[in-house]
Amino acid sequence: MKAPAFDYARPASLAEVFALMETHGDEARVLAGGQTLLATLNMRLSEPALLIDIGAVDALRGITVTNDTSPGTLRIGALVTHREIEESPLVARHAPLLAMAAPHIAHRAIRNRGTFGGSIAYGDPAAEWPVCLTALDGVVVTTSASGERRIPVADFFIDLYTTALRADELVAACEIPIATAGDAFAFDELARRHGDYAIVGLAVAARFAEGRVERIRLAFLGAGSTPVRAGGAEAALVGCVLDAPSIDRAVAQVKAELDPPGDLVNGDATKRHLASVLARRALESLASRSA
Amino acid sequence: MSVAVRPIRVTVNGVAEERAVLPRTHLVDFLREDLGLTGSHLGCEHGVCGACTVRVDGEVVRGCLMLAVQADGCAVETVEGLTDGGTMRDLQDAFVERNALQCGFCTPGMLMAAAELLEQRPDSTRAEVREWISGNYCRCTGYHAIVDAICTVLDARREGRAKTASPSVVEHDDALHAESREPARQADLDALGG
Repeated sequence: MKAPAFDYARPASLAEVFALMETHGDEARVLAGGQTLLATLNMRLSEPALLIDIGAVDALRGITVTNDTSPGTLRIGALVTHREIEESPLVARHAPLLAMAAPHIAHRAIRNRGTFGGSIAYGDPAAEWPVCLTALDGVVVTTSASGERRIPVADFFIDLYTTALRADELVAACEIPIATAGDAFAFDELARRHGDYAIVGLAVAARFAEGRVERIRLAFLGAGSTPVRAGGAEAALVGCVLDAPSIDRAVAQVKAELDPPGDLVNGDATKRHLASVLARRALESLASRSA
Repeated sequence: MSVAVRPIRVTVNGVAEERAVLPRTHLVDFLREDLGLTGSHLGCEHGVCGACTVRVDGEVVRGCLMLAVQADGCAVETVEGLTDGGTMRDLQDAFVERNALQCGFCTPGMLMAAAELLEQRPDSTRAEVREWISGNYCRCTGYHAIVDAICTVLDARREGRAKTASPSVVEHDDALHAESREPARQADLDALGG
């Protein structure tokens, strides 16, 4: 179908964006890469009076590393595209989990337009970036006329498509602690066709010290109304060498604690099983690399 | 609601255009309706089928998920431009030779997607080709012939490069030739069946 009529503005500064958001309130929608919003407009699921295209706001671009804190922070601007992440040497070096996940996102033509910030702001629990940010203990930096807020990812995703973002705010960037020598990562998802919404997926970030797990995050997509961490399995792994018994215990714990909602094709038991398969694969791949 | 048209300047296949468009008009409707470039097709109109694939500033995009007003100041290339330029002559020939189309509706989008792969990932394997075109639906061929055609061109272009390259490149090339159709990922099948 064709989108309903709407007006369009492409301001070049954040101040102009905030002024338009204040004037138009709920009647306006913010347009970034548009790979979700324009599809919903074409399907007439949404009828805003105005699209505020933030694509010309250069302050929201760029991938940078800051060393204010140790070990440093990777900052990903809201307008950074999936493709830029896929090909960024900075990301490959400092946040390899994102480089692993990027090729799973939709298809090349969509990765060329869709943005990191848009995915975070939309808060789709089946999407890749929210679970990666969760596994990496990232921070969402929001901006509004009244200033910036830094929201830890654990407080950001509240419910289905519902985040801590206020109506007067934009996602400006996300900050991720950069990877250090003992860190290891894994990402995998199961989909019927590459690029489709995954049935279930898993992002893992682990830190090893002297061969033992010091800290680990298992964040699942498609397993609930937000990114879902398997906190029990994480706790069971801390202090362990990743070997067959510890992996068996963690996988059993994943099965016990996850309660993913079934969809039209896959029931909740199937999804729980598939989540445990992904957990085993990911932990075994980390074990082989840390051995 | 009444919304005014917006002036845009866009270079399409090398030709500078100045037009006025409604904000709600997406890029492919603009190309087809306003400029008469009907090579880019409109299938699902919500970013799933890939029939509307065009290039904007050198990168493929979904033409139905970009507004014409967003293309203001951009360089757009369509299948008409790429085929007239001759840069994908070998790809078009391979599609014909391999019977990589039946009704032809998906073909312009397939060609645009494949052309970007050939340029940016010239060492792609067959499995990577399948992944790359997973965003373009074909309802006739079952894809194998399309993958065959793209792999034929990848091989031919590699051979062209290998003529002037080192022996190690030739060995790499042989390894790719020897690769069979990608095996199904048995572990995935087990997981789905279990």
